[in-house]
Amino acid sequence: MTVVTLKIDDRDVSGRDDETILEIARENGIVIPTLCYLEGLSIAGACRLCLVEVKGTSKLLPACATRVSEGMEIHTNSERLTQYRRTIIEMLFAEGNHICSVCVSNGHCQLQDAAVALGVDHIGVPYLHPHRHVDASHELFGIDHNRCILCARCVRVCDEVEGAHTWDVGVRGIEARVVTDFSTPWGDSDTCTSCGKCVQVCPTGALFAKGKSAGEMTKQSEFVEYLVAMRGRRS
Amino acid sequence: MIEERPLFIPEQNIVLEHNGDIDPEVLEDYSKIEGFTALNHVLTEMTPPEVIDQVSRSGLRGRGGAGYPTGLKWQTVAKAPGTPKYIICNGDEGDPGAFMDRNVMEAYPFKVLEGMTIAAYAIGASQGFLYVRAEYPLAVQRLKNAIRQMEKHNLLGKNIAGTPFSFDVDVRLGAGAFVCGEETALIASIEGRRGNPRPRPPYPAERGLFGCPTLINNVETFANIAPLLRKGAEWFASIGTEKSKGTKVFALSGRIARAGLIEVPMGTTLREIVFDIGGGIPDGKAFKAVQTGGPSGGCIPSDYLDMPVDYESLLKLGSFMGSGGMIVMDETSCMVDVARYFMEFCMSESCGKCVPCRVGTAQMYQLLTKIVNGDATLNDLALLESLCDLVRNTSLCGLGQGAPNPVLSTLRYFRDEYIAHIVDKRCPAGVCPVHKREHQEVNA
Ligand SMILES: Cc1cc2nc3c(=O)[nH]c(=O)nc-3n(C[C@H](O)[C@H](O)[C@H](O)COP(=O)(O)O)c2cc1C
Ligand code: SF4
Ligand code: SF4
Ligand code: FES
Repeated sequence: MTVVTLKIDDRDVSGRDDETILEIARENGIVIPTLCYLEGLSIAGACRLCLVEVKGTSKLLPACATRVSEGMEIHTNSERLTQYRRTIIEMLFAEGNHICSVCVSNGHCQLQDAAVALGVDHIGVPYLHPHRHVDASHELFGIDHNRCILCARCVRVCDEVEGAHTWDVGVRGIEARVVTDFSTPWGDSDTCTSCGKCVQVCPTGALFAKGKSAGEMTKQSEFVEYLVAMRGRRS
Repeated sequence: MIEERPLFIPEQNIVLEHNGDIDPEVLEDYSKIEGFTALNHVLTEMTPPEVIDQVSRSGLRGRGGAGYPTGLKWQTVAKAPGTPKYIICNGDEGDPGAFMDRNVMEAYPFKVLEGMTIAAYAIGASQGFLYVRAEYPLAVQRLKNAIRQMEKHNLLGKNIAGTPFSFDVDVRLGAGAFVCGEETALIASIEGRRGNPRPRPPYPAERGLFGCPTLINNVETFANIAPLLRKGAEWFASIGTEKSKGTKVFALSGRIARAGLIEVPMGTTLREIVFDIGGGIPDGKAFKAVQTGGPSGGCIPSDYLDMPVDYESLLKLGSFMGSGGMIVMDETSCMVDVARYFMEFCMSESCGKCVPCRVGTAQMYQLLTKIVNGDATLNDLALLESLCDLVRNTSLCGLGQGAPNPVLSTLRYFRDEYIAHIVDKRCPAGVCPVHKREHQEVNA
């Protein structure tokens, strides 16, 4: 492991060569939008919001998954990137059924926050109006697939931190959904420990605790980073 | 009308040599055509770096799609720190209409295994996996049979041919999805996880199967290895073009008189392939385009028939070598319909992990459907083009990154057909169900 210097948005910064662009940007107060990333969990590289431009390659690279190296020159917020990020957010809204006014997470939703931060003021791609279900079979929690953005944070926290591996992704493409125990109702799960970690890490109102009405569901996901650090197996 | 031309057939067989002469189930038959001479020579006379050097100097590039230099890949895996090292042969072939790798595995199982074994020696692997599409039972059976016979003859297993080198191969069946042919998804699938791609780097050469350095090559790439080492790097490098060496196997299909598998030197022109080898277009129809590269590829129009087929030229024309599918189209093919067909394929084969591919392919498919139905406006076309740009540049793996290509290339060469559907509500090829404009019906 060595220390490297690099430039992010024309600022000279330094870091270790086992750190990612995202980690170093955050240390230096440079904001790169993310949705699937959560400190303490493995990297998915799925939402593509964190893509940045790196000098010397024509490919856009995910900041969450790309290690820094000596002399790198990175741009995190060009007009092109902002445009791509807006469209990705629009795609997420168009793909599900997001009716914020009645959502438990209204006002505490990371999808909403990202849309506001990126200045998404209308949805320019056609709504797909999918038929999606709500599973309220669990005693304490529920999942409303209409609001799921398939970031797989719930899948990862359940497997990597809780060790239960209740969640998975089933089917593929536009039909993909998170599922519990081979697509059986969550309430029937033999593996779920009812720890609620998945609910806390879910960036939207897809996973919620029962008994909350619109706007009442706030989430705490910082415990993941803490737990993982305390157990000493940061990846 | 089949064009009158001097019957010049520039086919050349390296991969498909001795086509049909040998019984693919009998090891002795393969030995008779110099089978295993390369392996024996390599194990007794050459060091691993010498083997890699030969492969590098031959100019062989990966036949699985992207054309990455094979020698360089071997060298990277050989030098990567960490043990054990693994070898994977990618026989997942999932492009619609592709059957090159299937034919090679069925007809030349020993040759594929000889190539893998040589590669294992060169990079220092002791375990290999053949990942074969489950829909290819005959290939699986012949490969398993070949493995058993090679083990019996001490050409696989412990101390191969009396040398200290040991290597075992297992066959694994594909999980059935097109995306499982993508190398990181394939590795996840062998490890028993869901076959989803992951961001690269790290590349499999550095961190592949079970986190170990892994060499992954295509079936046809491995099938080139034994002939290349038998006849030498210089011989191999003398075939083909400056940057694309050797031959390529193509599956010629569509509106063509003689469809089937062909093997031609790199640099053979499309005209030679379509008219001399394929016998031209049947029923007196006019040639329109050739689609190469499958769902990540593009359509090449008649203006470029004299273009030599190699990795660079295809990319320059907005297409792609891919694994070797070549679909010929005539005047009765609608290019918008073709683009929609491939988009439907990508949409249903998307793994769904990353947003641009999962949602973008569905959005683009809807827009293309609107166009073929005559319901689209020029705004829809503009949206389609901007989604092509987004999906190509932001998707996680090659499936999403390549998905817009059939649309982009048909827009590049056949934009007028899109405009005809959108503005005139007319399908020039007469294929699409475009509605007549209402006032036209009133006027008529
Ligand atoms: C969606 C997708 C599907 C692929 N399918 C195949 C396949 O069926 N066979 C194959 O050899 N390579 C396939 N590839 C390419 C592999 O990822 C990999 O590059 C290749 O096996 C490397 O071998 P080569 O260097 O010998 O070409 C696919 C890539 C993508 C993105
Ligand atoms: S339920 Fe929540 S955490 Fe799980 S994939 Fe959907 S949005 Fe992400
Ligand atoms: S590009 Fe498509 S196939 Fe590849 S990871 Fe993304 S969703 Fe999956
Ligand atoms: S945060 Fe990097 S891809 Fe989602």
